[in-house]
Amino acid sequence: MRRRIVCNFDVCIGCRLCEVYCITSHSRFPHDVLKAFKLDGQRPVPRVTVEEEGVLSFSVSCRHCQEPECTKSCLTGALQLDAELGIIKVEEERCIGCWTCVVACPYGAIRPSPGERKVAVKCDLCGGTGEVPACVANCPNEALRMEVWVEEG
Amino acid sequence: MAITMKTASYKIIRDHDRCIECLVCVRQCSNGVHRWDEDYMCLVSDEAECVNCHRCVVFCPTQALNVVASPLDFKTNANWRKPDIEQIYLQAETGGTLLVGMGNDRPYPVYWDHLLLNASQVTNPSIDPLREPVELKTFIGRKPDTVHFGSEGVEGEFPPQLELDVPVMFSAMSFGSISLNAQKSLARAAVETGIYWNCGEGGLHPEVRPYADRAVVQVASGRFGVSVDYLKSGAAIEIKIGQGAKPGIGGHLPGEKVGPEVSRTRMIPLGTDAISPAPHHDIYSIEDLRQLIFSLKEATEYAKPVGVKIAAVHNVAAIASGSVRAGADFLVIDGFRGGTGAAPLRIRDNIGIPIELALAAVDSRLREEGIRNTVSLVVAGGIRNSADVVKAIALGADAVYIGTAALIALGCHMCQKCYQGKCNWGIATTNPYLTKRVNPEVGARRAANLIRAWAHEIKEMLGGMGINAIESLRGNRLHLRGIGLGPKELEILQVKAAGE
Repeated sequence: MRRRIVCNFDVCIGCRLCEVYCITSHSRFPHDVLKAFKLDGQRPVPRVTVEEEGVLSFSVSCRHCQEPECTKSCLTGALQLDAELGIIKVEEERCIGCWTCVVACPYGAIRPSPGERKVAVKCDLCGGTGEVPACVANCPNEALRMEVWVEEG
Repeated sequence: MAITMKTASYKIIRDHDRCIECLVCVRQCSNGVHRWDEDYMCLVSDEAECVNCHRCVVFCPTQALNVVASPLDFKTNANWRKPDIEQIYLQAETGGTLLVGMGNDRPYPVYWDHLLLNASQVTNPSIDPLREPVELKTFIGRKPDTVHFGSEGVEGEFPPQLELDVPVMFSAMSFGSISLNAQKSLARAAVETGIYWNCGEGGLHPEVRPYADRAVVQVASGRFGVSVDYLKSGAAIEIKIGQGAKPGIGGHLPGEKVGPEVSRTRMIPLGTDAISPAPHHDIYSIEDLRQLIFSLKEATEYAKPVGVKIAAVHNVAAIASGSVRAGADFLVIDGFRGGTGAAPLRIRDNIGIPIELALAAVDSRLREEGIRNTVSLVVAGGIRNSADVVKAIALGADAVYIGTAALIALGCHMCQKCYQGKCNWGIATTNPYLTKRVNPEVGARRAANLIRAWAHEIKEMLGGMGINAIESLRGNRLHLRGIGLGPKELEILQVKAAGE
């Protein structure tokens, strides 16, 4: 099983609402944008970023690679590929904030968390395995979609 | 910057308690209204540039924005109203003709709202469309004078027809006036719902060719993009003589909208103005029109219906009669509420007549002359909902064209600034950054949903009248009653007053 969020850059309009809803879904108030931004003192960083150059824009988050550079580079084994769910997870207790993964990820999809104890944060496909991630659900132009597929062989 | 006497038309109200400074409004506004001020460290809005398109309001994730009409007003004067004064300021500054997009918005009577439909009670029962079939199929094209039936069905050759599952079509909107994604959305929706779309003047872009067998291709005075291949690829051909929003005025696509794609599709040099002159320079009489109609029929081997589109003007019935006699298989009449990408404001607001009166006059005239069967009537210009469609058919139309309603389905908020090419909804623009805002998949779904919804409603209205096929309602004005109309208007509409 593999999963990833795919962006159709032909219709990505660079509004960055995916970032807004990613922050919200990882905040203390995952269903309320206003509270997430106004009341959450430890507002999370978005795990998705929109890249823009001229008319081109696209939203990029963790590719959940089959042969990930981040898990290979992780000093403590905090980053692991869950082959069954097809996603790469961070075990926060084991993360020491060395940022080797941040350097290793070719997509720039891993970022340091805010707060006192800094850990690596990255797209977790909104935790659930069945739920539609917040960025996909709230993309106003349906540029984002979640792909789920089973690797051959 | 010099002081302009024209003040902002709108006021932007930002609720700072709700604003999360995500800057979505900044990125979504193509007019540059919102910006992040580094000195104040907050969002500021330049209201003078706001066109009230609602893009920022709709996209604000916390509903922190509202746009209202500017409370600033001139001293009350029943003759000199705010727009009158502002338009003079603008003309005094520029010395130019005032341009405007979308249809006539003046408070002339909307006759649809003065017509009421009938419903069956007791004696002839109404029909429940959920339990019994109600047929909406319509054929557009010339009907023969006599039909012979044999064991195999209809015998002999039948003139070419367009088969519509719902008596609604998407009216002519060219690539250039609307974005390719918007045109693609309508084309796909037409294919999905069994109706037709009109590519407008200016040729068929290769990306909409797959939907050409559901396209009405237009031949306007500019002849942009017209070739035998183009004519043959469409399902029908429409000669555009006039447009409801600007009768007597030609088309003009400004050079800045003529990018590489538009240039290729229209077969004109990059960056040049595409001017379709007001008259066709080979048509100065009904005989000339006949020659063009038959040239097009000849070119397409008499396999496609050829129609003529005219604007609803004072003498419309006679013009319609002439066009039918010139060989038109269908006639499109565009009323003065028809939309446009750009029209001179004075023309749009003062020329032409309401489609309801034009339709009734044309249908009556063609019946009197015994030629109504030789042509299909398609009406356009401000059809807002399914009730307007049903009333149009009862007044004598075969089908309607919708333009503005289709664009609203794609997201248009009627800010009337189509001519600026900065459409925030990605519809009336060729700017690639803005064009992306219409996702053809989403657009096609929304436009198709609109047609399906109207089809359901039309069936319900027909059922209520006890009619099980739209063909049985056509021109049946006994199913209409006028309310709040004078005797002359009732006479032209040939509709009885409510209570009669």
